[in-house]
Amino acid sequence: MSTVLDGLYYSESHEWLKVEGEFGYIGITDYAQHQLGSVVYVDLPEVDDELNQGEEFGAVESVKAASDLLSPISGTVVEINEALEDKPELLNEDAFNNWICKVKISDPEELKNLMDAEAYKAICE
Amino acid sequence: MEDILKTCLHQKHLDLGAKMMPFGGFDMPIEYTSIIEEHNAVRHAAGIFDVSHMGEILITGPDSERYINYIFTNNIRGAEPGKIFYGMLLYPDGGTVDDLLVYKMGEERFFLVVNASNIAKDYQWIVEHSAGYNLNIENQSDYYGEVAVQGPRAEACIEELLHLEVKDLQFYTCKEIECDGETIIVSRTGYTGEDGFEIYGSHAFINRVWDVLVGSKQVLPCGLGCRDTLRFEVGLPLYGHELEKDITPIEAGLGMFVKLDKDDFIGKEAIARQKAEGAKRKIVGIELADKAIPRSGYEVYADGKVIGHVTTGYNSISTGKSVCMALIDSAYAALGTEVEIHIRKKFFKGTVVKKRFYEKNYKK
Repeated sequence: MSTVLDGLYYSESHEWLKVEGEFGYIGITDYAQHQLGSVVYVDLPEVDDELNQGEEFGAVESVKAASDLLSPISGTVVEINEALEDKPELLNEDAFNNWICKVKISDPEELKNLMDAEAYKAICE
Repeated sequence: MEDILKTCLHQKHLDLGAKMMPFGGFDMPIEYTSIIEEHNAVRHAAGIFDVSHMGEILITGPDSERYINYIFTNNIRGAEPGKIFYGMLLYPDGGTVDDLLVYKMGEERFFLVVNASNIAKDYQWIVEHSAGYNLNIENQSDYYGEVAVQGPRAEACIEELLHLEVKDLQFYTCKEIECDGETIIVSRTGYTGEDGFEIYGSHAFINRVWDVLVGSKQVLPCGLGCRDTLRFEVGLPLYGHELEKDITPIEAGLGMFVKLDKDDFIGKEAIARQKAEGAKRKIVGIELADKAIPRSGYEVYADGKVIGHVTTGYNSISTGKSVCMALIDSAYAALGTEVEIHIRKKFFKGTVVKKRFYEKNYKK
């Protein structure tokens, strides 16, 4: 069974968002890493990239396939998790503790388009 | 829409919890636990693949050798029984109907092993061109199950666990063995770049082979996912990617399997012309500087224009490098040529290299 953490926001495309003040950390869920299998490459965004909610901002690749990352929220990338460049398998080891990028959220109103843990658990079944 | 087909080992895959996907019209296991683990088992120990989806066509009769030499690019004339040939069936324009193995079982008996997705097309092609030849053609694909046992430990596992004598088999040879009241076929062949064997028998026999080898824990069940990464690393083509109805063996770099010095065969004229004029496109290897992965279909650029596309690409499990095979304009095919591959929104620098990304370890 996949893990779903309380207190995070979730998208239908299996990204999570952890809000800290005006910033948000974005990652992929445990369910997503499980579906992908062994992650061998993460195509990270760059600092200062403008992300739009629901739009592609990078990709996570397993041996067999590339899977687009869709941003759960609009904002500006302020930091990327460079550890994933050398160790993409961190996403398999612990998807919730290895965020992909940190953004400055531009419109907190968009949070209401996302799911809470309970609602997300339901779509993973 | 036709129903998806199941091999005789289908239930075993479900019981093992394999990730299943359609391939060549069959519901096939892609991976059981992890492609990487399965890939490494074949490179360093032993793995077993269900390849029962492959097609088997038996051609017998007085004209069988002469006929096969007319539709097949390699030259089988005068070969010893037990010898196996790799080659292609070609269209008159040199494009590829299929790539296949021809097993010479006896003087007038040949066993053709063809790609799953092409069974019906090949069978029809073979029947259609056989008018005037005294022979019999039988599609035995429904009768045979097939497993491939591959890796440096394959020979020992087959000898010790299945008690089949295979040590004496040379690379690309086969023999028939009487076993459990039936005649099975074993060959020293494979599609991984490692030493290994392919075993053909009834569904019941193939199920027993699977149970013994998998039950021993010495041979890991391997899915088609790693079959593709393994064959790719040693530069072997896959029909639908490096070979196609509009890709000739010359363009694919497989000219050594097309024998222009033998009698007429379908496609000979077109291939001879292409060889003389030089192919306009070529399958090459490309190595990327970055770890981004070039996937099948991505465009290859040079001098600011599209020069071709990726046919298969991976982050190589054995070497860690991002590499691909690509069909490109021959003007850019020289080793060391700098190209770029368009991956999502970015362009990544690559260099043309040999399309063998990992050395084969055949036992010859």
